[in-house]
Amino acid sequence: MENKPPGDDVENIVPLAQQNTSQDWSDVLAELAETKDKTLFVELFKHFAPKVKAYIIRLGLIESSAEELMQETMAAVWRKSHLYNRSKAAASTWIFTLARNLSIDLMRKQKYPEYSLDEWHEEADDNDDPCVDHVLSSRMGLSVNKLPEEQAQVIYMSFYEGRSHSDIANRLGIPLGSVKSRIRLASDKLRSMWRDGV
Amino acid sequence: MNIKHHLDEASLLSYAAGSMSQSMALVAACHLSMCPQCQERAQKSEAIGGVLLDSLAPAALNENSLDQVMAMLDYEPSVDIAVPKRISSKRAGADQTDLPFPLGEYIDGSLDSIAWKRIVPGVYCYDLPCKSERGGVSRLLRIAPGKSMLPHSHDGNELTLILRGSFSDEIGRFTVGDIADLDSEIEHQPLVDSDEDCICLIATDAPLRFSTLLGKIVQPMTGF
Repeated sequence: MENKPPGDDVENIVPLAQQNTSQDWSDVLAELAETKDKTLFVELFKHFAPKVKAYIIRLGLIESSAEELMQETMAAVWRKSHLYNRSKAAASTWIFTLARNLSIDLMRKQKYPEYSLDEWHEEADDNDDPCVDHVLSSRMGLSVNKLPEEQAQVIYMSFYEGRSHSDIANRLGIPLGSVKSRIRLASDKLRSMWRDGV
Repeated sequence: MNIKHHLDEASLLSYAAGSMSQSMALVAACHLSMCPQCQERAQKSEAIGGVLLDSLAPAALNENSLDQVMAMLDYEPSVDIAVPKRISSKRAGADQTDLPFPLGEYIDGSLDSIAWKRIVPGVYCYDLPCKSERGGVSRLLRIAPGKSMLPHSHDGNELTLILRGSFSDEIGRFTVGDIADLDSEIEHQPLVDSDEDCICLIATDAPLRFSTLLGKIVQPMTGF
């Protein structure tokens, strides 16, 4: 809750557990996909746009480019919402991948290779518990902070700074193999925290 | 397709974070497009990205941000349903030619219509226009039965995805869909053990280190 812009949504009046918050945004996005209701889009915009812009700035783009890319990302949320499948991913995860792809396309002048194009994750197993990803997503939010610092660091450097394994190795002055094992450990730990309900 | 060799967890996370070099990400995406098991793992890694996005302190937006985006919505007609269908049929075509669809961005037609360049007898390559910052590349290799790649190790990571045929190396046997996800710890010499030519998609994020004199001599030719 503390990460929301103050006074920006009614959830500040009725405090909800973080698990519910993530689930709610996925509901809003799924409803937008069906109804194309602009008031829902405005809600999503108010919550996600400032975070998307913060993410793009952390990737190293200047403020004006970040603003422009954020606007493109949010327009893509609207345009592609009919492709969103709530049983496959939390809203934050889906919006993250849109922002990631658009940012990389701009920074590299090459399209980031995607594995399922616009039918986002369509091929994945449908037998999964539909709620798994929401739960995973919201609980993981609590867990990243619980990782040992050297593991959290490689996760942050990968996601927030877009650094490759070898780039991280150079920055931290440690062997490539150590970067990879820290990432593996972090990933394992996040999963077991999630399995055990954090 | 019975895939036995998968992407390393560290590689999956790097792909999901968008921090993998372009050349490596192409190979990872191709394997993912063939491997439902790794897709599921990739989605879990992407969920970490979702959480991290949601936990960021909000940045200040331009005063008229929302208005500008709302105006964009009015000018952009929502995508009609025909678009995913068109992509599906493109992928169906790709399936028939055993070309993973992420490669479709880089290659017209099929694996049979590639303009191969010979490196040494029995070994052909085709470079993809996909470079990474530290001199890594991605390319297709076609190797005749019984031939082997030169023994080499890596300064960085190397991904090798089998698209046709098979090879064996110190780690095991690799058939269609399998990916060898190696780092600088490993020196290997893949030997093609299928009856047909083995075609694989390879990416490195740094130049290879060949361990024999011959390898060092041909390195400038192979361009790795």
